[in-house]
Amino acid sequence: MKKIKIQIDNREVEVDEGTTILKAAEKLNIHIPTLCHHEDLCIAGNCRVCVVEVEGANLLSASCATPVMEGMKIHTNSMKVRNTRRTILDMLLSEHAGECTSCTRSGNCELQTLAGYYASPDNALLDISIKSKPDTSSPSITKDDSKCIRCQRCVRTCEEIQKVGALSMSGKGEHAKVSTFFELPLNTVICTNCGQCVTRCPTGALVERSYIDEVWDALSNPDVHTVVQTAPAVRVGLGEALGHDPGGRFTGKMVSALRNLGFDAVFDTNFTADLTIIEEGSELLARLTNVLTGDKSAQLPMFTSCSPGWIKFIEHRWPHLLGHLSTCKSPQQMFGPLAKTRYPEATGVNPQKICSISIMPCTAKKFEADRPEMRASGFKDVDYVLTTRELAKMIKQAGIDFDALEESECDSMLGKHTGAAVIFGATGGVMEAAIRTVYELVTGRQVPFENLNITPVRGMEGIREATLKIEGTVEKYRFLEGVEVKVAIAHGLINADKLMEAVNGGNAPWHFIEVMACPGGCLSGGGQPIPTSPDIRAARANAIYEEDASLLLRKSHENPEITKLYEEFLVDGPLGHTSHHLLHTHYTPRP
Amino acid sequence: MSVLATVKTVIDTEGTARHNLLPVLTSLRSKLGSLSPEILKNVSQIMDIPMAHVYGTATFYSFLETKPMGKNVIRLCRTISCDMHGKRDVLNALEDVLAVKNGETTTDGLFTLTETNCLGHCHEGPVMLVNDEVFSSLKPENIPAIIDEIRKKR
Repeated sequence: MKKIKIQIDNREVEVDEGTTILKAAEKLNIHIPTLCHHEDLCIAGNCRVCVVEVEGANLLSASCATPVMEGMKIHTNSMKVRNTRRTILDMLLSEHAGECTSCTRSGNCELQTLAGYYASPDNALLDISIKSKPDTSSPSITKDDSKCIRCQRCVRTCEEIQKVGALSMSGKGEHAKVSTFFELPLNTVICTNCGQCVTRCPTGALVERSYIDEVWDALSNPDVHTVVQTAPAVRVGLGEALGHDPGGRFTGKMVSALRNLGFDAVFDTNFTADLTIIEEGSELLARLTNVLTGDKSAQLPMFTSCSPGWIKFIEHRWPHLLGHLSTCKSPQQMFGPLAKTRYPEATGVNPQKICSISIMPCTAKKFEADRPEMRASGFKDVDYVLTTRELAKMIKQAGIDFDALEESECDSMLGKHTGAAVIFGATGGVMEAAIRTVYELVTGRQVPFENLNITPVRGMEGIREATLKIEGTVEKYRFLEGVEVKVAIAHGLINADKLMEAVNGGNAPWHFIEVMACPGGCLSGGGQPIPTSPDIRAARANAIYEEDASLLLRKSHENPEITKLYEEFLVDGPLGHTSHHLLHTHYTPRP
Repeated sequence: MSVLATVKTVIDTEGTARHNLLPVLTSLRSKLGSLSPEILKNVSQIMDIPMAHVYGTATFYSFLETKPMGKNVIRLCRTISCDMHGKRDVLNALEDVLAVKNGETTTDGLFTLTETNCLGHCHEGPVMLVNDEVFSSLKPENIPAIIDEIRKKR
């Protein structure tokens, strides 16, 4: 590729043709401020905060949207640039009904940070902000237009990463705003509640719907028995919200923090992730058996069903393919009914007094817990869902010195887990966990991969495929001898949509498809610490696989508490009557 | 013809590519009146463009109304030249004759009164557009006759 030589702040740098000034400056470790720019999204160039001075040009250039040209002399910090940046920030603030002190994003708000650096010390311009009523219709996401700076990161996220397009710009000029279709409430439109917009919003215009107060109420009430579960991705994200670099693992400290917060029983969604593998693996084998023995009604490929953003997406966009979805509930919703049936049965706690709370990397889980189907225990199976960010906030509110905490383990019965459950937090993880178990069920041998690491299904490619030839089957699965099982993995709904196009068109060679709504999987879910970027996602994924490798048990079917659960409670086995009632569900077309 | 059938016909004529959205909406506005949720939802489905984006495009253009409008839309120029030539008196006259305020529709659904940006007739202001017809050099006293004329025509 052609190289271009330029000068930035009197320093020479050589970059590839087509590089933007912003990226070229990064090479010199010069940090130009941005708001509308985001690594994961296309260039917008609308906020103008990143302006720089190019010698010989009359106007300042938006560095995020200007490619370098041979011999350019650029100044990122001239008087003209500083004055313009100040004016731009002042203007953004004049339209921003901030409530800076009490805003959810205070301390983690990009606008606040830049205002602190660049804005006039005394609000230089008239306050022309409009305080509108936030849209609180969604159980997952709250949208507050008065804090919006119209950078359109959310619009681009929803369209480019998720192919949902629930948000768009409407109106023009001073009336331009981020809108749903006819400005309908979020809970009535195609929004999948994935929260990817939330993790890319530079301000507090899009935030998760918080249930912290409800959870404090439950924790403070002596008549309520609180049971908590934490998803696999939470433990590799929580540290970031408490001041650590991405990629740290905090499982033990997180468990201690939950006990310090006052939860009566601290369990693990990982336990039901292992359970999901047993149920979903059995379902896959049942479907394969049916298809190979000539049952036309069985639908393949089977799709995973752990990601509630994905579920709502397929319900809206591909309702006629719902029969392909595994009927397994997600680990969160498998845990819910067990916490209100199995747990009280074994401990004598009155199930009516149990408040079941989950900590999730996800905003869509809040919606999932509210689905009318999720009352298999006779109560609301999961009462409140908090994001990783909300848990971090509670830890701060409680004055817990997180770093000083001793490590501890989850309570038993619904708390033990294997490495297979941990990797549910990364794209490809559910597939890998399922293959580890299913292959062994069918052949009686471990998967033929070094250290159980099924590397072909790992990585950050949007769509990945793998083939596994089944050989040396045990008697029961002789009909699978020599079969090449084909799988596909997609993360980011735009990639899932491509697989659905293939399935819909009859061009799908796969038997099993894993979909996670968010790029990178749950580790970068809408409830995880902000910001997100390819590097941050890679660091979190790394932590997930380290955690898996660090565990003694790494196959779901080797979890002793799962074995016990089937012996004592789900006595009719995987896909049995009790399982069907508590652990499986159905879906709703939403055309 | 049903709304769906009209939408289909228009999209058949204009094309389903994303860049055809504007001509599709323009054509539907003239055939079906203001662009209702039902119209835009059908456009979204047939052209496979997210509903919010179709709505966003429609709301960007002043002449693609998404709110219910009267049969005749009166757009009075609100910009500076017309204003200096007595646009406010004309607006008062229109409000009196139609018995509506600026932005409202008459109870019989015949007229919507609204303002618009410059119509490019600054030399003969105040000026207004009634549907596709330009009325220039307006005087308040002429307004009742103009409105009567339109009432008779339609």
